[in-house]
Amino acid sequence: MSQQLLYENIDDPGLATLDGYSKAGGYEMLRRALSMDAADVLQEMLDSGVRGRGGAGFAMGKKMSFIPRGSMDKYLVCNADESEPGTFKDRELMQKNPHLLIEGIIIGAYAIGANRSFIFIRGEYQHQADVLDAAVAEARAAGYLGEDILGSDHTIDLVVHRGAGAYICGEETALLDSLEGKRGNPRLKPPFPAVQGLYRGPTLINNVETLMNVPLILRMGGAKFAEIGTQTSTGTKVVSVSGNVRRPGNYEIVLGVPSREIIYDLAGGPEEGRSIKCWFPGGSSAPVLPGTDEYLDVPYDFDSMAKAGSMLGSGAIIVVDDSNSIVDVAYKTAYFYRHESCGKCTPCREGTNWTVKMLERVKSGEATPMDLDIMASVQEQIIGNCLCVLGDAMAMPIGSMINHFRDEFEAHIEAARERNGLGAAIPQVNRGRNAGPYPMAAPAGVDPTAAVV
Amino acid sequence: MAIDPTQVKRFAHGSRVPGWDEAADLTKDPAVVPDPATTPVPEHIRAAIEAQMVKYPDVRSAAIPALHIVQREHGWCSPTAIEQAACVLRLTPAYLTAVATFYDMFSTTPKGRHDVFVCTNISCSLRGADEIYDRMLTAAGDDPGFHVKAFECLGACDIAPMASVDGEYVGPLDLADCDRIVDDVKAGREVLPDKQLKRRPKAETYWNR
Repeated sequence: MSQQLLYENIDDPGLATLDGYSKAGGYEMLRRALSMDAADVLQEMLDSGVRGRGGAGFAMGKKMSFIPRGSMDKYLVCNADESEPGTFKDRELMQKNPHLLIEGIIIGAYAIGANRSFIFIRGEYQHQADVLDAAVAEARAAGYLGEDILGSDHTIDLVVHRGAGAYICGEETALLDSLEGKRGNPRLKPPFPAVQGLYRGPTLINNVETLMNVPLILRMGGAKFAEIGTQTSTGTKVVSVSGNVRRPGNYEIVLGVPSREIIYDLAGGPEEGRSIKCWFPGGSSAPVLPGTDEYLDVPYDFDSMAKAGSMLGSGAIIVVDDSNSIVDVAYKTAYFYRHESCGKCTPCREGTNWTVKMLERVKSGEATPMDLDIMASVQEQIIGNCLCVLGDAMAMPIGSMINHFRDEFEAHIEAARERNGLGAAIPQVNRGRNAGPYPMAAPAGVDPTAAVV
Repeated sequence: MAIDPTQVKRFAHGSRVPGWDEAADLTKDPAVVPDPATTPVPEHIRAAIEAQMVKYPDVRSAAIPALHIVQREHGWCSPTAIEQAACVLRLTPAYLTAVATFYDMFSTTPKGRHDVFVCTNISCSLRGADEIYDRMLTAAGDDPGFHVKAFECLGACDIAPMASVDGEYVGPLDLADCDRIVDDVKAGREVLPDKQLKRRPKAETYWNR
């Protein structure tokens, strides 16, 4: 049905070893790249139009071209700190085809003139890190890594670095800090990592899936690769589908297929008798979309998702069916970001914390519908006010949930108040656009001068 | 009805940050880089950390690998463990403590030898991870050998609800599996061999088998 580049032969026995990978035509593209000019390799990447698969969707070729020329120490870092809730594509790719990643890294490093490269893999992926360690040792023994590889004058070293469990280290500048042995706090940008990154040298940071596309682009040619998918979202994408679907897992799709096809045809859709309440199109950081036809028919590519009010992110679809309360989903989401906020910027540190507290009040029935307005305004104040986008990553889904499911939040509040014997919430007078720092009018039937009991 | 302000719930851990009332000993100087002459570091730990140090242009980068090494040796990042790592890396214990407290996989308090991380993030909790976590806590009971922890997304939502047992990903779990995990770990066997993630083929093959 769909064209598969990365997943077609991924379960072939022995693909994880150098022998098996070489038999499947492995490291041929590295030889071809080394026979080409570095600038020509870069041009192929630019022609392919491939966009970063990690979340931001920035064009990889463009990112590569930002790396300055010259003989300074340059670095290439592969971001394998896959911690976005719902995302598990890199795990399977690295475990089953580690040599493709290594080949992609070597070609990428050759194109930008980097002599040192790192794979920053999250500490929980112990098996995958062991697989990569073994593959790197094999590649080194075969002369693909080291000094003057394959008789060229290019030197490249590769280190597999294991993290220790922090979502924030998936953010590129926090990753660099963590790789330098510090706490994983994001840095102020600019300077961008392409100018001053790891050990203050120009650094290219790319996701696992992006780098794995590099040898494939070289094989088929950048222009040919650009023909797959849509005009602005080229190539294929590995989509991780999880949550309330019958067949969760990784599926490779051509960018631009309708989202319905992924959720229903590939992943089997929700269980019998259930319907989709909402779904996260790109990991838990993406604004949720309701499970209506209007949104399920949106093509799954970067621009259509942005136009629909969400984002493609890391390509992780989390499906929530109608047996779940949206309040629980919001609470789980917010709780995660509170736990993972590094604490450097106030809006994120405090905003995530207060959102969790307000959602606890909603759950326990202490909240009034006005709390929803406050919660929404907190989200607005986080977005764009921090060094990195972790705070935004909470604010966008929570804001979108309040937007799309306000009725359910209010019904939940009423029901919880009823349960706790608190009675109906005081009628809201300062709602909506009137909410804010205005004096609050007394609700009808309440004497504001009466003593508080 | 009016809400009684004294009954309004505050922080989960009280209104103050834990430890706010524990005074620092102001008579003590901050710990300096440990002196190799007076700090005994087992030879194999030193060798393992030094093997990490040579991989990076800056030895500081070896801080996290070094903490992994000493935590494996001592069971947790104890003051002794941190001091040994600091001695080899030529960093202060305070610096390494700051790093260790940032990351979820390092523990600066004593913990059980066997890590059981139960994912309780969105995808897993949609499939009942919270019950699995409760059952896992009951199954492990007060056995000091176990360190059961609710973990954020472990990156294996295809086998949700799942857990990582000493680094081995297993799932999808049902309630009875929690007892099997405890039995397998206690007997030193492979954990749930039929449910290990590393043996699972790609989704298309798996579901069409």
